[in-house]
Amino acid sequence: MLRYILKRLLIMVITLWIIVTLTFVLMVTIPGSPFNSEQSSNETVQANLERHYNLDKPYHIQYLLYIKSILTFDFGPSISQPNQGVNDLLGRGFPISFELGIVTIIVAVISGIILGILAALRHNRIMDYLAMGVAVLGISIPNFILATLLIQKLAVDREWFPVATWQGPEYMVLPIIALATGPMAIIARLTRSTMLDVLTQDYIKMARAKGLSPWKIIFKHALRNALMPVITIMGTLLAGILTGTFVIEKIFAIPGMGKYFVESINHRDYPVIMGTTVFYSAFLIIMLFLVDIAYGILDPRIKLHGKDGD
Amino acid sequence: MGKDNILQVKDLHVTFSTYGGTVKAVRGVHLHLKKRETLAIVGESGCGKSVTSNAIMRLIPNPPGKITKGQILFKGTDLTKVSEKKMRSIRGVDISMIFQDPMTALNPTLTIGTQLTEGLRQHHKNISRQNAKEKALEMMEIVEIPNAMERFKQYPHQFSGGMRQRIVIAMALICEPELLIADEPTTALDVTIQAQILELFERIQEKTGISIILITHDLGVVAKIADRIAVMYAGKIVETGTKRDIFYHPQHPYTKGLLHSVPRLDLEGETLEPIEGTPPDLFSPPKGCPFTARCPYAMEVCNKVFPVHTKLTKSHEVNCWLQDERAKQTLAEVAK
Ligand SMILES: Nc1ncnc2c1ncn2[C@@H]1O[C@H](COP(=O)(O)OP(=O)(O)O)[C@@H](O)[C@H]1O
Ligand SMILES: [Mg+2]
Repeated sequence: MLRYILKRLLIMVITLWIIVTLTFVLMVTIPGSPFNSEQSSNETVQANLERHYNLDKPYHIQYLLYIKSILTFDFGPSISQPNQGVNDLLGRGFPISFELGIVTIIVAVISGIILGILAALRHNRIMDYLAMGVAVLGISIPNFILATLLIQKLAVDREWFPVATWQGPEYMVLPIIALATGPMAIIARLTRSTMLDVLTQDYIKMARAKGLSPWKIIFKHALRNALMPVITIMGTLLAGILTGTFVIEKIFAIPGMGKYFVESINHRDYPVIMGTTVFYSAFLIIMLFLVDIAYGILDPRIKLHGKDGD
Repeated sequence: MGKDNILQVKDLHVTFSTYGGTVKAVRGVHLHLKKRETLAIVGESGCGKSVTSNAIMRLIPNPPGKITKGQILFKGTDLTKVSEKKMRSIRGVDISMIFQDPMTALNPTLTIGTQLTEGLRQHHKNISRQNAKEKALEMMEIVEIPNAMERFKQYPHQFSGGMRQRIVIAMALICEPELLIADEPTTALDVTIQAQILELFERIQEKTGISIILITHDLGVVAKIADRIAVMYAGKIVETGTKRDIFYHPQHPYTKGLLHSVPRLDLEGETLEPIEGTPPDLFSPPKGCPFTARCPYAMEVCNKVFPVHTKLTKSHEVNCWLQDERAKQTLAEVAK
């Protein structure tokens, strides 16, 4: 187990390094610079600024400076907002994005599993068709369209919820519905199909033959096994929700990390791009790692070994 | 027959509604079983053995399955009539069942200990964790699992097929039921393990006095431990008798066919011949004897009317026109 974790940590570091390198290559190859907008057209001012941010140095030096900033976790000041450090932006944006993401995941997982179980238990009956109808809609409607629809119908026409920003629980409802519906639908469909499969297994029949209550059979025997595939796709869903937050934060004007990330790319704000990329990637990689650990804990047949073929 | 039967099945009919039509899987099964008795139900696969045993446990999935007719009297109570809640208190406590494949009958995500004790804890609400564990360890000893203490904490994948079947047996017996239904309990195991499991059944029966219904498609398996044998074909019991009756005086051509298709030590040199042909389609089973199409001795009447029940001796009964003098008369009646 320890060996497995150490091995995974090493792989995580290498993955992160590859991401950082690719980001750097992309940054220096896309045209444009932080300073070629009209307000700093003065050549000497621009040269001074470039020197200040080390942009006049050869690429390999710049690359090493970035690596150093990552290792010390100090990305320096933002270029477009020089009075803000990148760390300050992350510190302000992350809690909001994290809240949005975590609540979305919880909502998506719980409602998706419940919907999937109901559909499986009422297989080929109205509840099943209803749940799967909702799921198909949820999968086929992109979150940004759902978001605009929700704003129009529930915030503008009805004024039940605030239109945008992030100031309290009622502000969370619409963005979370918009972001959670897709993953919920995927989880619901997966739970239903694996649940249907599991319910025909011999150990379920055996559990019934033991005289266990339906409640115990579903939650103790069936669900545990039916959730394995759901856990497997959690990684992909997490990545989807994470990228979804960029769009949803933009639409609802939520001051999370996504906002800084998108803006930093528009402004070629290199330190912020690097800071947010590293942060997002590290976060996702760690989450994927936790998903794998959870998988190993839930399924005793999976041994987390350091070596293959152990 | 009569009062000393622990189980009596009368005229049981089970059907399944499918998209292709209605499958008449069990079509009028009669069975009876005494205390301490082992009844083997034998027949080719697809003849309705599992459906019969699931019906006794009321474990037929509905839909598509349904018990359409008949009675299942367990110690006088008709199980086809009791509520699902009452049935749950019977399953595992009075009647237990074990299934063919021990590799899939245990939940891979729960420990052996959890799975062994959960039946006890379900049915004896106030049993302590410790007492349940002690009882489970005792059961593991009875089914001869070494290192019970350690094994208790392990998961199914850490057990071999034979060991798993022992666990399943322990699980089925932990609440001390009076009837055990074993649906092909050794089919998935190798021959040596098969013999061990069958011996285990015998020893348990000696110790506890449990009645056993042993379902198998292999007459070789029942030769050792069955007291009586019921031969099943296309949803009906076609011959029943003591082990002696069936092995030494088989009367139904199907029973004879089955006997010819198993290797026997006492008939050395005889060649094994499988029964030619296949069982009839249960969507629209034939009106007469379902074995007619495969029977070398089929008569005109066999095609038209299902054979009457003929009692040959006190223990030996058969449904075959060859055994009944009423054949001619019946044919004449049908012809009119
Ligand atoms: N759930 C079901 N749906 C439709 N038909 C079924 C179902 N279960 C069993 N049957 C049918 O009932 C018949 C008897 O099956 P079964 O009792 O399993 O045979 P076996 O004697 O091999 O145990 C078979 O023809 C099978 O197709
Ligand atoms: Mg069967």
